[in-house]
Amino acid sequence: MSVQELTSGKLLELYGRMFRIRTVEERLAQVQAAGELPGPVHLYIGQEAVAVGVCAHLSDQDWICSTHRGHGHFLAKSDEIRKLVAEVYGRASGVCGGKGGSMHVADVSKGILGANGIVGGGIALATGAALSAQTRGTRNVAVVFFGDGAANQGVLLESLNVAALWKLPLVLVCENNGFSEFSPTATVTAGEIWKRATPFGIPGEPVDGNDVREVWSAAGEAIERARGGGGATLLEMRTYRLRGHVEAEKSFLAKSYRSDEEVERRREREPLRVALAALRGARIAPDAIAAAEDKERAAVQAAFEYAAAAPWPQPEAAFQHMFA
Amino acid sequence: MAKKRMVQAINEAIAEEMERDPSIIVMGEDVHISPVGDTRGLIERFGAARVRNTPISESVMSGMAVGAAATGLRVICHLFYGNFIYTGFDAIANQAAKLRYMLGGQVKLPILYMAMIGGGRSVAAQHSDSMHPLLMNLGGVKIVMPAAPGDAKGLVKAALRDDNPVFLLQAAGRGGEAGEVPDGDYVIPLGKAEEKRAGDDVTVVALGSMVKPALKACDELAKQGISASLIDPRTVVPMDYDAILGSLRRTGRLVVVDEARKSCSVASEIAATVAERGFHLLKAPIRRVAVEDVAIPYSPVLEKAVIPGHQRIVGAVLEIAGSEGARRHG
Repeated sequence: MSVQELTSGKLLELYGRMFRIRTVEERLAQVQAAGELPGPVHLYIGQEAVAVGVCAHLSDQDWICSTHRGHGHFLAKSDEIRKLVAEVYGRASGVCGGKGGSMHVADVSKGILGANGIVGGGIALATGAALSAQTRGTRNVAVVFFGDGAANQGVLLESLNVAALWKLPLVLVCENNGFSEFSPTATVTAGEIWKRATPFGIPGEPVDGNDVREVWSAAGEAIERARGGGGATLLEMRTYRLRGHVEAEKSFLAKSYRSDEEVERRREREPLRVALAALRGARIAPDAIAAAEDKERAAVQAAFEYAAAAPWPQPEAAFQHMFA
Repeated sequence: MAKKRMVQAINEAIAEEMERDPSIIVMGEDVHISPVGDTRGLIERFGAARVRNTPISESVMSGMAVGAAATGLRVICHLFYGNFIYTGFDAIANQAAKLRYMLGGQVKLPILYMAMIGGGRSVAAQHSDSMHPLLMNLGGVKIVMPAAPGDAKGLVKAALRDDNPVFLLQAAGRGGEAGEVPDGDYVIPLGKAEEKRAGDDVTVVALGSMVKPALKACDELAKQGISASLIDPRTVVPMDYDAILGSLRRTGRLVVVDEARKSCSVASEIAATVAERGFHLLKAPIRRVAVEDVAIPYSPVLEKAVIPGHQRIVGAVLEIAGSEGARRHG
């Protein structure tokens, strides 16, 4: 699937979705700093192109599994902004009833098996979802988003092996955002991650993860291959985490693991700027872009107002849902 | 009704359920050839799409089971030796046991994890553990531990119709033993104990592999005039406390026998719960018969020293019931 196939209308749509994610995450940063959230949040700012470019190819019957930095994947595949924000606020009307919080946002009705608090935890789940899609004879696929940190979990090797052996309809999307928690990736990761596909005989590819057009194109090809019975693909999306591993990390870190200059330098090519430049290049009217942004801002504002006012769960709910 | 080995009973139950429900698949190491015997013949009957012979990769297997179960399949995940539960434990503890809860009930996870547990065959510490207490402590998984082929068939069928992760922990040394197995659709509800021997002087609760020595202990005790009520919970989660307390109401004395290490064993849990709920029924202190806090050794002499046999059960009963029971009956 080539970048040229991406229409300017579709590009604007992708930009709108990225803008929505960015707006939610920036607002979460604010309310977290203001002490309004019960727990920690890991923000997706700087990586929006990956979730949006990939999920653009998926239906509600295709499955995704994601990471502790999972708000973006959720918002890329589900329209339930209010339910996501309410979940992060720990409220009863959150998408998981307040049981999961930020690291477990999931909308199963939309094919989102959930964010995951275990680094690499989604890899085996998505492999199973792909096995399920194949065994049931569907043309659905499973996509797992995981970080460069998770690429160093042993389960990735196990998954690549079975996915290759069984030609599973699985797309492994590694988001290399430059950091494994507080360690620069190069200090904890040998070689290049996309090349880890090669020994298993499945396609691997590095992708500019900050350009939604490139993500859309590479993911479209991998997903099409998986749907057609061509098996798994490993995509390494090269991106950059503009926020910390976790919000408010400077309050407990004794020293910094990257310079402010580095972050500012990387901001020049962050995905919204890249997409905006592309929209201008495609001669999308500035008014159309501004209208899309305004629409998203309003929706996000409404979601936060809703969540902040939403009722807390009843304490009895803590004792439900262990078993079906 | 026919006499069958436990592995045959399990095999029969799986095959019947796979016939009944096309969403059931089997995955595991060597399930095509089935060294244990419980999945023998399934690949020929149901094909390689439903019977997946896997690499030795418990991390991905235990998690794949969760992903496949959440998305429309019923999964039998065969982990072979119980100790391999540890190598696949991340997805068991962090996903299988919690995903439904964390997601506020959005998913059902119909998974049957199967493994052989316990010692007695000189396979040493890394193939002889009994990890049902560890699994019980996870909270989100059910556990069945059949001690007889008939129970195995009924419990496997119930487990395969349950919408939750269930562990079938089969006593390693027990697969070859024969027993009566009802024909056809024989289902034992999870959480229902069976009184394998009726008695009035002492309640012996024995789990899984310990039912056999407990039966022998009951025979010995009978010779000494002590009548023991032997309760086989069959299911560890949920535990049938009503059956245990019901027996205790008659006997007032309790011995719990478990092949797990004593610290935090299921015997400990039963003892604690009975102390809370049935203290008024107790005429004597509760006794636990379990493995001391050591690993399971290799040499048969050492292994025998560690794993409870019938004499230790008899000894424990005599400690709390011996004199009075003998007086009453003798």
